[in-house]
Amino acid sequence: MTSMNKSDMQHVIAKRVAQELEGPCVVNLGIGIPTLVAEYMDAADIYLHTENGLLGVTDVEADQIDPNLVNAGKLPVGEAIGASYFNSSDSFAMIRGGHVDVAILGALQVEQTGVIANWAVPGKNIMGVGGAMDLLVGAKKVFVTMSHTSKDGSSKILKECTYPITSTRSVDMIFTELAVFKVVDHQLKLVELMPGATIEEVREKTEAEFTE
Amino acid sequence: MSKITDSIEEALSHVESGNTVLVGGFGLVGAPLSLIEGLTEKDVKDLTIVSNNLGESGKGLGILLNQNKIKKGIGSYFTSNRDVGDKYQKGEIELELLPQGTLAESMRAGGAGLGGYYTTTGVGTDLAKGKEEREIDGVTYIFEKAIRADVALIRAHKADTLGNLVYYKTARNFNPLMATAAKKVIVEVDEIVQPGELNPEEIVTPFLYVDVIIKAQQILTNEGVVNR
Repeated sequence: MTSMNKSDMQHVIAKRVAQELEGPCVVNLGIGIPTLVAEYMDAADIYLHTENGLLGVTDVEADQIDPNLVNAGKLPVGEAIGASYFNSSDSFAMIRGGHVDVAILGALQVEQTGVIANWAVPGKNIMGVGGAMDLLVGAKKVFVTMSHTSKDGSSKILKECTYPITSTRSVDMIFTELAVFKVVDHQLKLVELMPGATIEEVREKTEAEFTE
Repeated sequence: MSKITDSIEEALSHVESGNTVLVGGFGLVGAPLSLIEGLTEKDVKDLTIVSNNLGESGKGLGILLNQNKIKKGIGSYFTSNRDVGDKYQKGEIELELLPQGTLAESMRAGGAGLGGYYTTTGVGTDLAKGKEEREIDGVTYIFEKAIRADVALIRAHKADTLGNLVYYKTARNFNPLMATAAKKVIVEVDEIVQPGELNPEEIVTPFLYVDVIIKAQQILTNEGVVNR
């Protein structure tokens, strides 16, 4: 695992999450690793929702870029066949109302109950939350993608979050470069080791309790 | 009386110091760039700005921020402009952070004549502090107050001379909601057409919401913001 650079690691995680998606479904992708998941989805009946007002997001050729057609990360995107545009309150009604099947989000920390923190860091000004809280309460399933540890090597999968939580709702699955966890009855269950990872390494780098 | 003007100054004559102003856009996409620039040239202060972001550093609403014309910002993602944090740290601006869906729904409610609504978003988090909790059918909700404003500055694609509006791709975002939630609604558009030229089935904002129409003088392109 040590030889993998950050970009490779992100792609490995994104590719693995993509395998978890089964059409037909509507998926909302967050910023960062989640955005990369689109590169690995092969089913034609997986539709992408972006909270700034488009259902049916695709990638876009460089010569087709439209400055008024972007995703929630403000990156240029394209319009799929069957796409629709809507305003921000309709977009979040879809999310809060439970009409989006899967949200794939990044996280700063996950605790062993499956609760996550992904919007604020203590000691810094709290400046942005975006759609994270809405997606957590509303999406039918929430998948989290993140590096297993922080830059200093400390575990991001903790007994308890030390950063402000995003919701009291537990996520459904967690994907890192080392492992895949499912959250069952507010407890973490290790369901898969990623290629090259060992159970010893996962135990060493995971503060939270989990079952195997 | 005609709703159409070609003077930004005249269009912004409704904005006064101390007003609450809704400003459309998701970043620069769908932001009323000409009206925002007009506001930077107008002598106003103590504005409460409701917008998803406060522009970017030195761009859009970011200029207004640096001119110290904004007393309070209400939005969901101020992170896009690092100057907001600096101002906040110095105590030069008040901020109210709302989840993006709550920001949108509060304006929808305000425009629809509601006082507020209960939502699950934010329950149990720092953003729920001080908000009323209520259990409905076994689920915990928090109360969010509706947002209404003095003025809305919005961006649409086309208007007819009555004020019916259609939008363009993801530049729609908060604009149709803001059109409903302010006493005076000022819209900038790419094109002004005659009544009957817009398909009634495609009109998103019916004319009764709109007070002033002006043609956009600043356009967002792939090369950035340019003058028309």
